[in-house]
Amino acid sequence: MPKRTDIQSVLVIGSGPIVIGQAAEFDYSGTQACRILKAEGLRVILVNSNPATIMTDPEIADATYVEPITPEFVEKIIAKERPDALLPTLGGQTALNTAISMHEQGVLEKYGVELIGANVEAINKGEDRDLFKDVVEEVRKKIGHGESARSYICHSMDDVMKGVEELGGYPVVVRPSFTMGGAGSGFAHDEEELRRIAGQGLTLSPTTEVLLEESILGWKEYELELMRDKNDNVVVVCSIENFDPMGVHTGDSITVAPAMTLTDREYQRLRDVGIAIIREVGVDTGGCNIQFAINPEDGRVIVIEMNPRVSRSSALASKATGFPIAKIAAKLAVGYTLDEIPNDITEKTPASFEPTLDYVVVKAPRFAFEKFPQADSTLTTTMKSVGEAMAIGRNFTEAFQKALRSLEKKGSQFTFVGDTGDKAELLRAAVRPTDGRINLVMEAIRAGATQEEVFEYTKIDPWFVDQLFLIKEVADELASVERLDADLLAEAKRHGFSDHQIAEIRGLREDVVREVRHALGVRPVYKTVDTCAAEFAAKTPYFYSSYDEETEVAQREKPAVIILGSGPNRIGQGIEFDYSCVHASFALSDAGYETVMVNCNPETVSTDYDTSDRLYFEPLTLEDVLEIVHAEQQAGPLAGVVVQLGGQTPLGLSQALKDNGVPVVGTSPEAIHAAEDRGAFGQVLAEAGLPAPKHGTATTFAEAKTIADEIGYPVLVRPSYVLGGRGMEIVYDEARLSAYIEESTEISPSRPVLVDKFLDDAIEIDVDALYDGTELYLGGVMEHIEEAGIHSGDSACALPPITLGGFDIKRLRASTEGIAKGVGVRGLINIQFAMAGDILYVLEANPRASRTVPFTSKATAVPLAKAAARISLGATIAELRAEGLLPAEGDGGTLPMDAPISVKEAVMPWSRFRDIHGRGVDTVLGPEMRSTGEVMGIDSVFGTAYAKSQAGAYGPLPTKGRAFISVANRDKRSMIFPARELVAHGFELMATSGTAEVLKRNGINATVVRKQSEGEGPNGEKTIVQLIHDGAVDLIVNTPYGTGGRLDGYDIRTAAVARSVPCLTTVQALAAAVQGIDALNHGDVGVRSLQEHAEHLTAARD
Amino acid sequence: MTTSHQGISSKRMGAPPAVLVLEDGRIFRGRAYGAVGETFGEAVFSTGMTGYQETLTDPSYHRQVVVMTAPHVGNTGVNDEDPESGRIWVSGYVVRDPARVHSNWRAQRSLDEELRGQGVVGISGVDTRALTRHLRERGAMRVGIFSGNALPDEGTMLAEVRQAAEMKGADLSAEVATKETYVVPAIGPDGEAVPVGTAKFTVAAVDLGIKGMTPHRMAERGIEVHVLPATATAEDVYAVNPDGVFFSNGPGDPATAEHPVSVMQAVLERKTPLFGICFGNQILGRALGFGTYKLKYGHRGINQPVQDRTTGKVEVTAHNHGFAVDAPLDKVSDTPYGRAEVSHVCLNDQVVEGLQLLDQPAFSVQYHPEAAAGPHDAAYLFDRFVSLMEAERA
Repeated sequence: MPKRTDIQSVLVIGSGPIVIGQAAEFDYSGTQACRILKAEGLRVILVNSNPATIMTDPEIADATYVEPITPEFVEKIIAKERPDALLPTLGGQTALNTAISMHEQGVLEKYGVELIGANVEAINKGEDRDLFKDVVEEVRKKIGHGESARSYICHSMDDVMKGVEELGGYPVVVRPSFTMGGAGSGFAHDEEELRRIAGQGLTLSPTTEVLLEESILGWKEYELELMRDKNDNVVVVCSIENFDPMGVHTGDSITVAPAMTLTDREYQRLRDVGIAIIREVGVDTGGCNIQFAINPEDGRVIVIEMNPRVSRSSALASKATGFPIAKIAAKLAVGYTLDEIPNDITEKTPASFEPTLDYVVVKAPRFAFEKFPQADSTLTTTMKSVGEAMAIGRNFTEAFQKALRSLEKKGSQFTFVGDTGDKAELLRAAVRPTDGRINLVMEAIRAGATQEEVFEYTKIDPWFVDQLFLIKEVADELASVERLDADLLAEAKRHGFSDHQIAEIRGLREDVVREVRHALGVRPVYKTVDTCAAEFAAKTPYFYSSYDEETEVAQREKPAVIILGSGPNRIGQGIEFDYSCVHASFALSDAGYETVMVNCNPETVSTDYDTSDRLYFEPLTLEDVLEIVHAEQQAGPLAGVVVQLGGQTPLGLSQALKDNGVPVVGTSPEAIHAAEDRGAFGQVLAEAGLPAPKHGTATTFAEAKTIADEIGYPVLVRPSYVLGGRGMEIVYDEARLSAYIEESTEISPSRPVLVDKFLDDAIEIDVDALYDGTELYLGGVMEHIEEAGIHSGDSACALPPITLGGFDIKRLRASTEGIAKGVGVRGLINIQFAMAGDILYVLEANPRASRTVPFTSKATAVPLAKAAARISLGATIAELRAEGLLPAEGDGGTLPMDAPISVKEAVMPWSRFRDIHGRGVDTVLGPEMRSTGEVMGIDSVFGTAYAKSQAGAYGPLPTKGRAFISVANRDKRSMIFPARELVAHGFELMATSGTAEVLKRNGINATVVRKQSEGEGPNGEKTIVQLIHDGAVDLIVNTPYGTGGRLDGYDIRTAAVARSVPCLTTVQALAAAVQGIDALNHGDVGVRSLQEHAEHLTAARD
Repeated sequence: MTTSHQGISSKRMGAPPAVLVLEDGRIFRGRAYGAVGETFGEAVFSTGMTGYQETLTDPSYHRQVVVMTAPHVGNTGVNDEDPESGRIWVSGYVVRDPARVHSNWRAQRSLDEELRGQGVVGISGVDTRALTRHLRERGAMRVGIFSGNALPDEGTMLAEVRQAAEMKGADLSAEVATKETYVVPAIGPDGEAVPVGTAKFTVAAVDLGIKGMTPHRMAERGIEVHVLPATATAEDVYAVNPDGVFFSNGPGDPATAEHPVSVMQAVLERKTPLFGICFGNQILGRALGFGTYKLKYGHRGINQPVQDRTTGKVEVTAHNHGFAVDAPLDKVSDTPYGRAEVSHVCLNDQVVEGLQLLDQPAFSVQYHPEAAAGPHDAAYLFDRFVSLMEAERA
């Protein structure tokens, strides 16, 4: 039965900004779905506020709305576009919740929009814990298997206390209903913990509901990915086993596919239960994910939960098996059945089969606790990781060690040299699941722990424990042999050892090991991910390396370009870089090259086997990349390797690749050095006659003090060679400088600290530009809303700049050209400037695609990354203008007066983290980047665009109600005008005594409220924190006071996060918000697709 | 590289070297797994990721050397509940990474011990994917595994492989089937065995290499199963006064199965409800006058999509067959027993996976609805058999 003919147009909802628990995987799924639906001849309407996505590229959908994903805005889009159907299952929890809410408000009925891919009843049955328990009970009645953990539903704290008694005491698990990524859930070991976790859970849950559950801590954890079509055909796409036992969120666990320790009987039982559940829940067409726990003692199976939609796990399963779940879900949603859809990889077999693997896949999470030093790093049922790496090998050890090195984080690979700690202490520490526990376990093994002890302390399955011992035995053998021979090297490689690890064990240099290995003929082969364990020939070159016998890389004729991706998402290097890599692949493919993608991030579009001609799912280390280059050079002509689009990861390999004879195209390694090295860059600036803030480098406190004394406080201090402002701090006095140097453990003569004059009150400006050696194309100029000193990744910005004039742009253009030329850029460059007084300072330059490239590209309707890729391979800007890839005339610095204004806003992960006492972490912005994602608001005027960006990031700005203002002294002057505006819009102001005084003197009335430190008043007057918790505050403005006296602000800001009250932490943001509120209060805010904006812009350009 | 490096993990366990020699001269080197010695058979690959115990003990694998495409084998050890027969039948076993320790609460011993205990010669540490691709392209062929510290030279080994018996033309049922009739009692609603002679239905099951799960699936449905030797005659079959007759799976070339074909024809004459699985499907094909042929490399795995053409539904099924029935997919055929049609087809390659008679109660499938190992999607076929017997009785 072919596709439905009654649907002509469909609205797809994306997942919005990247947040913990909802990341790039939904761009991957959504992009697949949109492409498929478009190919089916449907008009595809897309809404997603996240500009850094491929799915919001104007060619992916017919009408692309970069608008907030709120019921209000989505209704506007529906009213305008009148789609026949709405597909809500590909945009994570955000899309599902939005769709449900629109259904409940009657919007879908009003406009005659049919929900496809899932029905409301099924969504509720899957998501509502109470209903889902009934589902599991029903399944048990029907097939005799499957049960839920014993549990108790609570709607109040009284219920919670009753529940814990019913369950027979602590520990218990707390799970709030309807939250994303398990937000707010956790284990409670005593009443205090329970009150805290459950209290917060009741608040977080949109239905004020939490579930208390019997503890199944330490059980084995499994997941199944299933798909069902309208004819009730069901397939299990993948089984996943968690290396970390129950107690750690699956997103934070090391996971393995396929399941490693199930007999067929047990696996088939899970399969039967899974199928019965998908039927009972009523997921008619599409995918779902079901999680199970198994008691290792007796095999008792507990069904934990299901997601009636495409999920992070389904993206992982798709990459792990080659079975594109989202793509197929989209086809099922428009009426196809599984047997009617061909398997892309074999072409001749249908999708109605179950993939079988002849390899092992390991996923490892990447955390960012170093960015949140206050946060408790214990892993719980709330997801905390910011990204993940996946690796494929022919056995577990190979895949596992590849995954660990793919994390690209110091200490992530096992080390086998040096002293170990005390065995007993190590084992005790390994009880607590945390980032790097696995390395602790390996250290315990090195310290003499037995397999039984490791199991006893960690509950990691004995089979996995033995694999760790196997790795350790190979390391011992490497250490003990007199001489490395081919057999031993090959065996070490078959267990995933990197040249780096072998070098470390043998006390050699990595390149020496590599030379020896090559001389002995020990090189990897590349195998294909083919869904069928080689039963049928694969048509799709989706490769992974293995030290096996036979390679499957085919010869090719066309010259190839290898594009190095960006690896696991992390704060500071996320989906934006994947966007640029994918664009490069598309552009170079169009230009006649064979494109070869290398990446290890399963969440991305770049690792979709459809994106490039060839895909190598491999770690991005020098060793792994060199082997791929070798394999591709054996296969045919190689035009070059692109390193400047994947962020710092590939950029960091540039020089070493060149030293190994690899043709690096685009900006040369020397040029990269010229931009990254302080001294060399200083010279570039000097030659171009450009000022930089005064600065120096220091390796001791004495040196740092001398520099700071000379240039004057405040100073900005940071380690050299960092990304995302890691360790960066603004220092206002000598005492703090001394403390900073003391705390920075990694300072050494080769890693000095940079000390820069901090420009107070400066406007920060970001520029993205293309340079081909002769011509400069100014991609876009972004004016930050927050002042300099807040990391550019965390700052909101506007494009075109809202307060800069033609003269400023001219200066920026000249400076950018001077730097691009001086550095020797061929492709993209991003430069950060600060305008202080009338001086334009250069803060830094990155000779690569920046985080803002997708935003700039969308705001100006010009594909910058595509152009950069072409320039890397020799095209000129003039040629690209002639071709039409770039506008024939003008650039991002000469946008027409009526060009739309785009505002980018960063999204912060505050609500995910708690300190060890369970309190939230502070939300103050600083020079260290901590945002996980971004949204874009686009409209004809700044205020509306800003309001949209806020709605997309944090929820709508309030248009009336009570605003609380408490600002630092230095901000008091600039607060007055916006405060007056708030009053004019009918806001009632509240302030702490100091701020209220200033307001009153300026004729603005404000109610004085008590600080938290003052405590409740004699007549029960509540403190501001209590008021926030009571829901009595609609808008919070709170700027930090510098280093001292922060506690009050901290309590206010964490309360704001807990209650989801908009909280502005800079006075510039307040000014922008006032403009936004003004726009919202003045008439209707409309929606407009990117295609319409682009058409308008093109017309204006001509 | 033409031969593989040898595993130190195995070396540390002291396993001697082993060589796998294919009849076309391709050689893989590894380490001994299970018993040390030499063995021969037909090289086939199985793509199931679970269920190695069931695979090893499936009589249909008699005289076959099974290559496991799943890299890790033995992780869950061996227990006494999961075997499909009283012994391991594969003649040789090829794996990449055997487990060093096993982990499962039902495990009683390791797979390595079990293989050694039953004298099954295996090899580990070979590029099983390369081997599988080779078999896929060249077809199933004869193979030898040689292990030990004093191995013959390659030429000698190859000559030995080429002298081994071929699967085509092999008549193996009698070698694997029971010698004596035995009864599997029906299971009552309380989960207890029903006294022999009091079950709702009695089925005579001709054992051509039957798997233990098959009579169990029938017993679960209230059927008392009399399992008869492969040599049973029509008289033997009707001596148990059956409500239905069943023909099992089994090894070998269906073209040699003259005796079971004649027994089945006698059953068809009497219009007794009839059900066949795997070899039983090929026997029905032949009884109806269709031919059988050898597939290039067969279907062996637990992920095969089969469409029930009577309902249009797709089921994911367990397969283990190297031969198939040659019947027309696009039309109803006239046979001596009335009209027949292809009821099931494999969606991967359009191979006939089931037959049914339209004018009398007889049907069969080429795959394994008893599913051990494998998914339970096709269990409804046993219900269909029950319905046929019920209809006959009505």
